[in-house]
Amino acid sequence: MPDLSNLPYEQAIFYLVSALAVGCALAMILSKNAVHAALFMVANFGLVAVLYLLLRASFIATIQVIVYAGAIMVLFLFVIMMLNVQEADPRSSRGPQDRLFTLGSLAPLLGLGLLGALAYVALGVKQPAATSGGLVFANIQDVGALLFTRYLYPFEITSLLLLVAMIGAVVLAKRR
Amino acid sequence: MIPLSHYLLVSAILFTIGAVGVLIRRNAILIFMCIELMLNAVNLSFIALAAYQNLVDGQVFVFFVITVAAAEVAVGLAILVYLFYQRLTTDVDDINSLKG
Amino acid sequence: MSEDILLIVIKVAVLIVILLTVVAYTVYVERRIMARMQSRIGPNRVGPFGLLQPLADILKLIFKEDLTPAGADKVTYFLAPALAAITGLAAFAVIPFGNTIDLFGIKVNLFIADINVGLLYLFAMSSLAVYGIVLAGWSSNNKYSLLGGVRSSAQMISYELPLGLALVSVVLAAGSLSLGDIVKAQANLWFIVQQPLSFVIYFICAIAETNRAPFDLPEAETELIAGYHTEYSSLKWALFFLAEYMAVITVSATAVTIFFGGWQGPFLPGWLWFVIKLSGFIFFFTWMRATLPRLRFDQLMRLGWKVLLPLAALNLVVIAGLVAAMGG
Repeated sequence: MPDLSNLPYEQAIFYLVSALAVGCALAMILSKNAVHAALFMVANFGLVAVLYLLLRASFIATIQVIVYAGAIMVLFLFVIMMLNVQEADPRSSRGPQDRLFTLGSLAPLLGLGLLGALAYVALGVKQPAATSGGLVFANIQDVGALLFTRYLYPFEITSLLLLVAMIGAVVLAKRR
Repeated sequence: MIPLSHYLLVSAILFTIGAVGVLIRRNAILIFMCIELMLNAVNLSFIALAAYQNLVDGQVFVFFVITVAAAEVAVGLAILVYLFYQRLTTDVDDINSLKG
Repeated sequence: MSEDILLIVIKVAVLIVILLTVVAYTVYVERRIMARMQSRIGPNRVGPFGLLQPLADILKLIFKEDLTPAGADKVTYFLAPALAAITGLAAFAVIPFGNTIDLFGIKVNLFIADINVGLLYLFAMSSLAVYGIVLAGWSSNNKYSLLGGVRSSAQMISYELPLGLALVSVVLAAGSLSLGDIVKAQANLWFIVQQPLSFVIYFICAIAETNRAPFDLPEAETELIAGYHTEYSSLKWALFFLAEYMAVITVSATAVTIFFGGWQGPFLPGWLWFVIKLSGFIFFFTWMRATLPRLRFDQLMRLGWKVLLPLAALNLVVIAGLVAAMGG
């Protein structure tokens, strides 16, 4: 394994990828076409996976691509295509009788408020001293060891959750 | 070196976009996707905080979040498909009665 | 650092050229072999033994008219073949195809990147390959294409699970996700000998993942008039063709790396062993295509969920038990 504590052009990659990820997220919530929205979402997941790589979390980056992009979003696309989902422009409104009308027009305002609060907290965080020499690649063995020792019970409960979800999905699919 | 706060800021922006998306979209499938976007933003801050403290715990947490998200999507989409066959719509404005 | 990057760029460029040539001649070899199996002659007119046939085919495809169906989703229609080809080519980046060689005094490792999550990366690329097909089916604005795309996504998601479980059992035995380490772990004994069942499950799933006969339902000509790429022509169609053969080469190379000792072998240089083993697999793919009839969709789904998945899970438990018992 080569020494990757300092990647070339790391800053440029970070700002470019972040900007693209934010752009994809915006395009996703504003796009008229559900399939396009799903595709922007996939692009966003891929770009966030690149950010994970910059943070030296290679395991989570690949898991992100396999599970989110490879499985979850394919499932979304599958359902969108099967139901042939069409939606009017999300920015258009149906008029005041629409119950979501007030909420929808207030959304950008609420969003700005939320962003302000989160940004205030984010920018106030101090740089930890532990990594002054640069980030290091996390070992998959370490992740696994932690998963099966300190977090053993959550891990087992998660497997139970997956089982319940599987049974639930099968039951729902059979009911029709 | 990129400051930790910049990673957290990206995460905050993505989370906000997801939250606004939940408010402005009417289609249940798209609302669902916006929720995934919010989860994803939270994952990013988990990984960033963990990486800058040389801890692996954050990655384990993200592993759990991804697993739960997968389970949620499987059941959620099954419910949506079921709803669609009952009501022929996935618009949350039209799904407004408690009893089917 | 910059010299390293230069070396990597050169390696990537050379590898892509080699892979494209290999794809072209895989098609040629397949046509020749299938012709022999069916008592025909096959392409033999262009150049000696028809060896220039791939070149002629490519030229013909380039000069064909590039059609876009009315009502197609333009951007997605354009994106789909590119996605299919890119994921196919990108997967090859982590496969080690030879030992370190000396070239003009520089030590060159015969792989692009030996990353510590190599196997997961391969898996990620194969799961992204679904998009090319699904999007092609959807954006063509054609019912047959959509059916082909939906079939293919169901098929690929279903067969990814047993494929993953079969690979996990190899990871357990090798103790690493890096493909370089997995090859080294087979220095004495290939994993095909240790875990024949894992290989059988992997290979059946791999055929389903590549949409090849007898699992080529997404493009079943007789029922779906070529499925997801019905509407594609010219270079875009060529990209799908490239993606399909690239997928065959990638899963074959993965099988060689994970179950057949990779580039290791006596006497001959490593890369030659790799080529020999890979050719064996490509021949096997052709042989199957000429021999086996296509399955029905319900049979395919039943095989995946009711036979392969439980078998793969059982196989994993047994191998995990054995690894634990041997103190690995």
